Amino acid sequence: MYDTSDIRKGLKIMIDGAPYTIVEFQFVKPGKGAAFTRTKMKNLLTGAVLERNLRSGDKLEPADVETKTMQYLYKDADSFIFMDTTTYDQVGIQKDTVGDASDFMPENINVEVLFFNGRAVAVSLPNFIEQAIVETDPGFRGDTATGATKPARISTGASINVPLFINVGDVIKIDTRTGQYLERLARA
Amino acid sequence: MVAARETLETRAGILRAVRGWFERQDFVEVDTPARVRSPGQEVHLDAFPAGDRHWLITSPEYHMKRLVAAGLPRIVQVAKCWRANESGPHHRGEFTMVEWYRANEPLEALADDCEALLRVAAMAARRDAGALGLAAPFARTTVRELWARHAGFDLRGDEEAADLRAKATAAGVALGSAEAWDDIFYQVFLDRIEPQLAAAGPTFVFDWPAPLAALARPKADDPRVVERFELYAGGLELANAFGELTDPVEQRRRFEDEARTRAARGREVYPVDEALLAALPRMPPTAGIALGFDRLVMLVLGVRDIAEVVAFGDER
Repeated sequence: MYDTSDIRKGLKIMIDGAPYTIVEFQFVKPGKGAAFTRTKMKNLLTGAVLERNLRSGDKLEPADVETKTMQYLYKDADSFIFMDTTTYDQVGIQKDTVGDASDFMPENINVEVLFFNGRAVAVSLPNFIEQAIVETDPGFRGDTATGATKPARISTGASINVPLFINVGDVIKIDTRTGQYLERLARA
Repeated sequence: MVAARETLETRAGILRAVRGWFERQDFVEVDTPARVRSPGQEVHLDAFPAGDRHWLITSPEYHMKRLVAAGLPRIVQVAKCWRANESGPHHRGEFTMVEWYRANEPLEALADDCEALLRVAAMAARRDAGALGLAAPFARTTVRELWARHAGFDLRGDEEAADLRAKATAAGVALGSAEAWDDIFYQVFLDRIEPQLAAAGPTFVFDWPAPLAALARPKADDPRVVERFELYAGGLELANAFGELTDPVEQRRRFEDEARTRAARGREVYPVDEALLAALPRMPPTAGIALGFDRLVMLVLGVRDIAEVVAFGDER
């Protein structure tokens, strides 16, 4: 068990049955009362932020969570297959768990997999990926309208909006958090 | 980080103005021992040992009350105080307190003093009291009113800890392992009340429940609460005032109670201040208050971290 003196950024604890990581904390001591630690923490499963005032003396249960770097290999009928980059062990992670991350998860990419009580519960991508365009309408020369975009497909099958000058084979940079096109890195 | 030169100059100007104000009100500035045999029995305060069974004061209150009992009706002290295990944006192990006493005057007189002093401090710092929200009369409320409004339940002051816990739980407060009356109270305070106070203008909170009496006397017309107020302003807990308890029998009972609680919680137990108990029967009805001077400077300058208003604030 932890107590409030163990609180630091990144400490992982259980609150109401869910794992949280400490984001911010501050010493407070109201009136003539006990010392508290005002704490902001993030739910590792949902990303929801929770504020709690933890009293000095309160016991905190450590969360059994672990992050592993894993390489995405391929997908089968109902799961994605990853390889632990340290042990080379392969594990399948349910499609539901991977969720929308699969849109920006090309084969062979390294991702961070969060394990809670030994079970994979979340996959997080690098903030940026580089991908070649596999399908898009040809550019319209002469159409220079600022901000005009068209849909384009990358190898994962995901469709994103790109500027009109992007062609099949161009390599672009994508922000995986917003799903937005950022820049062209190479021409076809 | 050392406070900026300008901050230290402003701090000195505020202190000069505060001292001048007390002088004009016919207060006598006193200087009581910093190294004492009885540093105060309060359950949640820890004193720094200072050798030979002495400690550094956590507050100058015991000696100052003895001076009032000895016949000084209006005294003020600008005192360094020390509290172990307190460090944060509003707390330092060593800090400066302005503490004053008015014999034969009601608790409300100290609230009036606070209003005047905060304006004096703003003026000394060349800040606009109106812009700081200090120009109009400060709001005055009670603990019970705040609880009804922001916690959603009736806090009477005479309920058992188990009742209080049940009421707080029903109101949706996560209490953790809190079982003591004061621990439950402060969990509710921090979760529900303090954020509202931090967003409001300067506010005096009167009529504290009897289990949080500290050195305050029970209210004559309602013994479930005591004559105590706290002043909150700009998200800071600025001052704490008592209608001082002068009944030596009740005071001894509270000291012994607190000593037992300290022992039960594994905290150091300090000797009871027998000289204070002996002086209480000679003490006139008195109102006394402690105001955090570093926090006053923070308030006036709009500073968020106490380390920015003291010299060598980075040397914790």
